[in-house]
Order: sequence, then C-alpha cells, then structure tokens
Amino acid sequence: MAYSDKVLDHYYNPRNVGSFDRADPLVGTGVVGAPECGDVMKLQIRVNPLTGLIEDAKFKTFGCGSAIASSSLATEWLKGKSVDEALDIKNTSIVEELCLPPVKVHCSVLAEDAIKAAIKDYQSKNSGAASVAEHATIGA
Amino acid sequence: MSDSVKLPIFMDNNSTTRCDPRVVEAMIPYFTERYGNAASRNHSYGWEAEEAVEHAREQVGQLIGCSGKEIIFTSGATESNNLAIKGVASMYKKKGNHIITTAIEHKAVLDPCKRLERDGFEVTYLPVDKLGQVSPGQVAAAITDKTILVSVMAANNEIGTIQPLAAIGAICKERGVLFHTDAVQAVGKIPVDVEAMGIDLLSLTAHKIYGPKGIGALYVRRKNPRVRLDAIQDGGGHERGMRSGTLAVPLIVGLGAACELADKLRETEVPRLLSLRKRLQDAITAELTDVGLNGHPTERLPGNLNLSFAFVEGEAMMMGIKDVAVSSGSACTSASLEPSYVLQAIGVGDELAHSSIRFGLGRFTTEAEVDFVAKQVVTAVNHLRDMSPLYEMHKQGIDLSTVEWAGH
Repeated sequence: MAYSDKVLDHYYNPRNVGSFDRADPLVGTGVVGAPECGDVMKLQIRVNPLTGLIEDAKFKTFGCGSAIASSSLATEWLKGKSVDEALDIKNTSIVEELCLPPVKVHCSVLAEDAIKAAIKDYQSKNSGAASVAEHATIGA
Repeated sequence: MSDSVKLPIFMDNNSTTRCDPRVVEAMIPYFTERYGNAASRNHSYGWEAEEAVEHAREQVGQLIGCSGKEIIFTSGATESNNLAIKGVASMYKKKGNHIITTAIEHKAVLDPCKRLERDGFEVTYLPVDKLGQVSPGQVAAAITDKTILVSVMAANNEIGTIQPLAAIGAICKERGVLFHTDAVQAVGKIPVDVEAMGIDLLSLTAHKIYGPKGIGALYVRRKNPRVRLDAIQDGGGHERGMRSGTLAVPLIVGLGAACELADKLRETEVPRLLSLRKRLQDAITAELTDVGLNGHPTERLPGNLNLSFAFVEGEAMMMGIKDVAVSSGSACTSASLEPSYVLQAIGVGDELAHSSIRFGLGRFTTEAEVDFVAKQVVTAVNHLRDMSPLYEMHKQGIDLSTVEWAGH
C-alpha cells in the first residue's frame, strides 16, 4: 500500500508521543480499540484550569501507520483548542488532511473516538458529581 | 556497516525465489533454437525437445528418489495439488469418499478439499500441535474404511515446520491408503525420498527452488501400488494421459536444471542457511525482548524464520522495515483483519499473529543482508514500542489479557 507523504511523516516523526499521569484531575484520558482488532489508541489532553484551553496533548498508539498518523495529527490539532472546539474535530477532516484511502477511514474514526473519550474523561473528573465514581474506576 | 547491500533486500524466499542464472542459461536455447514440440515424432526438432524433456524428468526424479517415468509436468504446485487430490478422489470414489489432511495446508490443498466436500466427499482436517506438527498417531486414528487419501504437506510455507513424513507414509502403506504430500517448500531444501517416506504422490514447483515460474511437477507412483488418476483437463493425452497440453519445454528444462542444482548444492546450502538464520535470530533477540518464535525450533526448513514481535502492529512493522521484502502474518484491510490461519492453528493469538514476520532466507542471501535486516527490524520495533500503549502497560506490569477493551 502506498502511504501519503503526510502519513509517512507522522509515522517516522510522530508528534507528542508520551503519557500524562492519568490521576491528574486536569488530564483527560481516552483509550479506544482492542489489540485483537489491530489498533489501540491512547489519547490524553491536559487542560489549563485558568483558560479552559487544552494546553498539551499526548498519544500512544498500537496500530498501522495510518492509525499512528491519525492520532499524532489529532494531538497537534487539540493543542490550543477549548474543550468544546475539540469536540468539533471530525474524522473526515483527518481523512482529508492525511489523504487516507477508504480502507483506512476507520483509523480516523478511532482517533475521533479517542478525542471524545479523553474529553469525556476530563469532563467527568471536573463536573463534581461524577468525579468520585470516576476515581473509583481509574484507581484500579 | 550495510556493506553496500542492494535495497530492498529480498528475504521472502518462501514465497518465491530468484531464478538462478545457471538455470536461465540452460533454458535459453529452448526458446530460440531448439523450439520443437516434444510430441513431434517425425523430425529432429521434436526429437531434441523430447530428449530435453526426458532428461529433465530424470533430474526431477533424482531429487526425490523416483524414476523419471513417474513425473508428470504441470503448470505449478497448485495444479499438481488439484490433480493429485481431485484426480485420486474421482478415480477411487467407488472405494471410499474420505480424505484426511491438516489444518495448515496451503490453500491449493485446502480449497480442492473444500470443493470435494461440496461434491459429497468427507474431509478430516487434522489439527496441529503448538509447533505445527501433526502426529502419525492422529493420522492413524483418523483413517476409516472409507479413507482413500491422506494429504499432508512436507513443510509449512509460513512457519517452516517439517512433518514426520516417513512415519505417516508407513501408516498409510499399512492401511492401504494413498499418501500425497505437498512438498513445494521441502524439495531441494531438505532430503525428500518417496521410497523411504512411503509417498505415493508428491507436488513440487520450480519457482521455489530457483527455477522459473509456471512449471511444476506431480510425482505419481507407478508400482507398489500403481496410482491412477482421473485427468482434470482433456486433450492430446500427454503425460500418460494424466495431463494433456503441449509440454513447456524451456520451462521443463529450467525445472530439471533447478532440481539438479538444488540437489548438488544442498549439502553446503543447509549449514550455510542455518548459520545465517541463527545470526539473524540472535541479532534480533539480543536487542529486543518479547520476541516469539513461531513453528518448530529444530524440525524446520533451514531458511525459514518466523518471529512475533509483541506490542507492535504488523502493518506498522512492515512500514518500519521498508527496505526489506518479507511477509507478515496478517493482511490488514479496513476493519476486517484476517490473521494467518496457520498461526491461529498453532495457537498464536490474533494480536501476535498480526505482528508476525516471516523471514525467508535463500541461496542468494548474504551475511551483510542479514545484518542489515536485523538492524532495521530492531530499530523499527523499538520505534513502535516507544509509541505503543500496550508496551507501556506491559512494562507497568499490567496483564493485557485482563484488560477490558473498548472495542470498536
């Protein structure tokens, strides 16, 4: 399969690889996919409590080159956005930016799912009522 | 340090091989000068073509320990397997309708078997053990009074595991059942002798042994017992009536030359390949943890190495070793991932199957190539593990099998 130059660039020079402390209340973590399906994406955001903007994002991905590129690109796009703006990131934009072929569209869907899961995690930690329950599951 | 190796490096010799220049040289006159039809009996063009074909028949026979008269030329191993299995099934259907094979055969054996099932035959697909072997006891237990054919490959194309052919052959002989083996990966690489191993039918192809593509052969035993086959295609009655069609003289000459060369070189090639394979495996495992060997550690084709790299995904792995032509254990297309059925049969989990790489070393593989490949593999796996959430969890001591994944 021929990969686009952008996919190759993200594959060889992935942006923002790494991890934040999941227990940090300012961090939202999304883990989507399953090893037997061939992709697992972990995407994390850290929100600045004063500005409400995503000040940093990190990822780790087990998956094909397109999955790695989709999550790497997602972390680039997340930085500097508000949580609400981040929810507007659509998989189709990732497909377009990386020129993903139809068989790789699912990689972009996974990246969008990871963004939403990370934001949901952050929001549940910071909405007061849900935070207790959330700590119970993450603490394990 | 790459010693100016030519990129990409071909390390996929279980899929096909480079045609040996000595084989090409032997073939050339039969395209442009000695281009007669081997079936032409009334002029010298025909005679010299026939002579070349008969010589090639002997060369093939020599490699597997049979008479040239027992060799039927085909277009390749797929045709040989089809002819053996369907030809026997059709010829012996009054005697019985049961066929025994294994779960890890090539599709060219499995699919003819499946077609026969649709036509009323019963097929037993024997499972293999963790190393990829079927035991003679399993074969013996599966034989019924309806069994007409046992088809067990000599060596597996993906994991390189060699089957106990002689023991299986002995059981078939004792029970009066024909024994076919798909020996495509084995002939020329390990000793194969149809007498010593009790083989009644054997498929082989030229392009796996440094010969041309498009030519293969089927060994059909002529005595003890005399095996009969119903032909698949009708025509001029060539090849003892079992395979009609004008003989591809230049290709047949190439197959013959390839067989003779493989026979002659085997004694030096086997230790050389074993040493190169060890060099590759050692270089990789010295630098990386969590690398698994798929297949048998010793009962294995000398040039085959199949490794699983935990916590990295196969396609990404292939991207990382872009200067190396190898095969992976999966074909990742859209959401439907199909892990290799051979790896599944030996109990390799789907995620490990996806990250399995088959290295096929061959006659033209050099030490410098092996070193280059090892280095690129190590670099790629480290690069991918640095970004793998699974590797991170593994290092934190999390047992991945206990994690509840949010599958999609």
